Amino acid sequence: MPARELELDLEAFEGPFDLLLALVLRDELDLAEVDVAGVVLAFMERLAERDELDLDACGEFLVLVAALLELKARALLAGEAADLEDLDPAAAAEELAQRLAEYRRIKEAAAWLAERLEAERERYFRLGPAPLAPAPERRLEQQDPAALAAALRALAAEPPALSLAHLELRFPPVERFLSRFRALLLRRSRFDFDSEVDGMTRLEQAVAFLALLELRKGGEIELSQAAPFAPIRIQRNAAAKPERREAWNARSA
Amino acid sequence: MERPLRLVAANPLDRLARTLEALLVVASQPLSVAELAEATGDDAERVETALGLLSERFHEGRSGIVLEKVAAGWAFRASRDAAEACGRLFERPVERGLSAAALETLAVIAYLGPCSRPEIARLRGVAADSVVAGLVERGLIAEAGRDQSVGAVRYRVTPLFERVFGLESLSELPRLDDLGSEAEEIRDRLESLAEARPA
Repeated sequence: MPARELELDLEAFEGPFDLLLALVLRDELDLAEVDVAGVVLAFMERLAERDELDLDACGEFLVLVAALLELKARALLAGEAADLEDLDPAAAAEELAQRLAEYRRIKEAAAWLAERLEAERERYFRLGPAPLAPAPERRLEQQDPAALAAALRALAAEPPALSLAHLELRFPPVERFLSRFRALLLRRSRFDFDSEVDGMTRLEQAVAFLALLELRKGGEIELSQAAPFAPIRIQRNAAAKPERREAWNARSA
Repeated sequence: MERPLRLVAANPLDRLARTLEALLVVASQPLSVAELAEATGDDAERVETALGLLSERFHEGRSGIVLEKVAAGWAFRASRDAAEACGRLFERPVERGLSAAALETLAVIAYLGPCSRPEIARLRGVAADSVVAGLVERGLIAEAGRDQSVGAVRYRVTPLFERVFGLESLSELPRLDDLGSEAEEIRDRLESLAEARPA
């Protein structure tokens, strides 16, 4: 028993519940005159006549009666209702009417679907995934074999040799610095590394330093540095002067 | 015996009809005239004529299988006479135990779709998530893109829906205005009531 179909016999109104709602929403019936408690009583009586509790109907009835009560409260407290909410009672009524109408249509549509389903109960058909469609044939345009040959020829050609010149490091020979430092040591007993290599490239300076290490290894010089990054001092080793001795020997011979 | 057979084979329209018959037996979904025309390499008009021939042959009461126009295409189904026997052997899981909520949700989607879960919930007044998931699982609705503004997934009814409900297309659904014609209805009842009521 849908709540809307509830037959009412009130002082102000006689007829089905949904008609009452419609009339109220259309302002064709003054809600102040409607005894909402009477509506509730009528519903309770109808409910009591049945053994079963129809939850759907009860829920629907509750929503409808709540809406009705809200409308009635607004109508009765027209002046004081302003601070409750800004919603215009007419707009609220309109919205409620629209919602009810919308929902009712959906209900009707669902009922139609249910009927249809029942009528089509004897409908049996094959269900399943569709067989796979064949892979579409790829149609290629007519091609010129000469173009293919040209493309292959381009691929088969020997690639030009790559130049690695830019990657090569050219080291000056260590001997050049060895002889240079030895010549210097003949003239001076000590000198500064930094001032000697000043103006050279980094690479030349590095090789010059290698030469220094070489001389130090041979015991020809002694190296000293006051602090890290301080100038490197080179001093002729007084104990061993093989170069000079040789020179002397050669001359003396 | 030979003559009529040769006559049948010689009729090109009948040959087309037999090819269509074969295609429809293989297919598990309704085939549109365009699809049938493409597969047979024949033109759509002749395919429709041949389908007309087939519908006469595979007609309720005349054959165990029935050719019907459904879900924007053509498909075979069992005749209604055979439904009882079919029911003993096969189930119809797609529509078994569709709840009132599911039918309402289906109605919303069929009429207003594609629409999203929030839209369905707003219309029905309760959350639609599990109902929608159930309908997707049954294959009665499917995702149809996303809402432009909110990004919610939208749903539409599937060809299977049309087939289960025996609809040639969604346009066969009764118009919502006709269903919810309460304005007219209420006016009529109001008038009759006014007449009945003592002044």
